[in-house]
Amino acid sequence: MSNITHHIPEPMLAAYAAGTLPPVFETVVATHVSMCAACRAGMQAHEIAGGAVLEAGDGADLSDALKSDVLALLDGPAPEDRPAPKRKGIYPGPVMAALKNREPRWKSLGMGVRQSILMDGPDGSLRLLHIPPGRAVPDHGHNGIEMTLVLQGSFADETGTFGVGDLEVADEELEHTPVAGEGLPCICLAATDAPLRFRTLMPRLLQPLFRI
Amino acid sequence: MTVDMTRDEAAARTQRPVRFVKREKRTVTDGQEISDQTVWMLAVRDARDKAAFARLFDFYGPRLKGFVMRGGMDAALAEEIVQDVMLTVWHKAAQFDPERAQVSGWIYQITRNRQIDTIRRTGRAMPEELKHEDEHEPDAGQVLAMEQEAGKLKQALGRLKPDQRAMIEKAYLGDLTHQEIREQTGLPLGTIKSRIRLGLERLRHELKELREP
Ligand SMILES: [Zn+2]
Repeated sequence: MSNITHHIPEPMLAAYAAGTLPPVFETVVATHVSMCAACRAGMQAHEIAGGAVLEAGDGADLSDALKSDVLALLDGPAPEDRPAPKRKGIYPGPVMAALKNREPRWKSLGMGVRQSILMDGPDGSLRLLHIPPGRAVPDHGHNGIEMTLVLQGSFADETGTFGVGDLEVADEELEHTPVAGEGLPCICLAATDAPLRFRTLMPRLLQPLFRI
Repeated sequence: MTVDMTRDEAAARTQRPVRFVKREKRTVTDGQEISDQTVWMLAVRDARDKAAFARLFDFYGPRLKGFVMRGGMDAALAEEIVQDVMLTVWHKAAQFDPERAQVSGWIYQITRNRQIDTIRRTGRAMPEELKHEDEHEPDAGQVLAMEQEAGKLKQALGRLKPDQRAMIEKAYLGDLTHQEIREQTGLPLGTIKSRIRLGLERLRHELKELREP
């Protein structure tokens, strides 16, 4: 059984089911759900609630030909399917999809910390972070929400210890200093909806270069 | 186009006869019946029954159109969505699992995927699918329990005050921001969650036994 103790907050699960999360957070939620039966059940419960809303609402009349058009298409070829991505090593399917099924391309941030950027745009950024055991993840403040999901190893900060599958959701209120645990390097999937401000590691001028 | 029932039924029997008969026996337990929608969906899934699909279409088509139009879509585009979603229901019927999903919830999810795939180049990030064993016997008790919980949820929805109900509808239509969803009135999802969780745990045990005989 899993030892996951830090889960997806309920409103985020609801937002995932409703399809309103920005892609970077959506990917983190889909990845955690791939690892966590409890949150999968929660997601499915929200889908059932969405279905109840769909079923209870007023209908709109359909054009006369729509039904016969659809019935006529049943024997046609099935539309092409986006194959569900498969887990590879420590990377669950949604991460492999974000990696486009390739290996992560690590770039050094110094002090043994590495990152591989998966998405970066106005809606936020998504990256893999690789932090050697005992090493601090660079201290940062942020605007907005930050989600960090552990894929290997662990980290601990002022709020607790996070092992494989655990998800930390932090907002602008939290000033935290995560430190990677002993054992395997900590590899986590981190999403932010606003550019991070790494304070201790890099001069601010260099930040655009590293896209942080 | 008219659906030739006799031919379709005959075709269905030659396709997957054993499984359908097996499932059909399980649809009624202790005098309690599962909903029409689930029965139709299982007939589509197991027997490729076009008449049952036509019933699903009659039931969900107009509701689906109304739903996406309340989400701000124009009528023509809404009908395109109805067409695509209902065709997906037909082609992906094998993925429907009445122990963990309701037909309406499954259709809701397909609709969301379809809408997001239209808006975004990259498509929606989806969880890995659970490994589904073909030999896994459906558990009528679990199916009924899910239906009952979903029924209670629908009743709870019906009892909400109009403004609360509008809020819930907006949330699942996708009209609310994350912040607004945080503040919304909750629906009683607890029991459904534990039912689904039990089903998942049982499935996992079965898979484990398969791996470690
Ligand atoms: Zn979880």
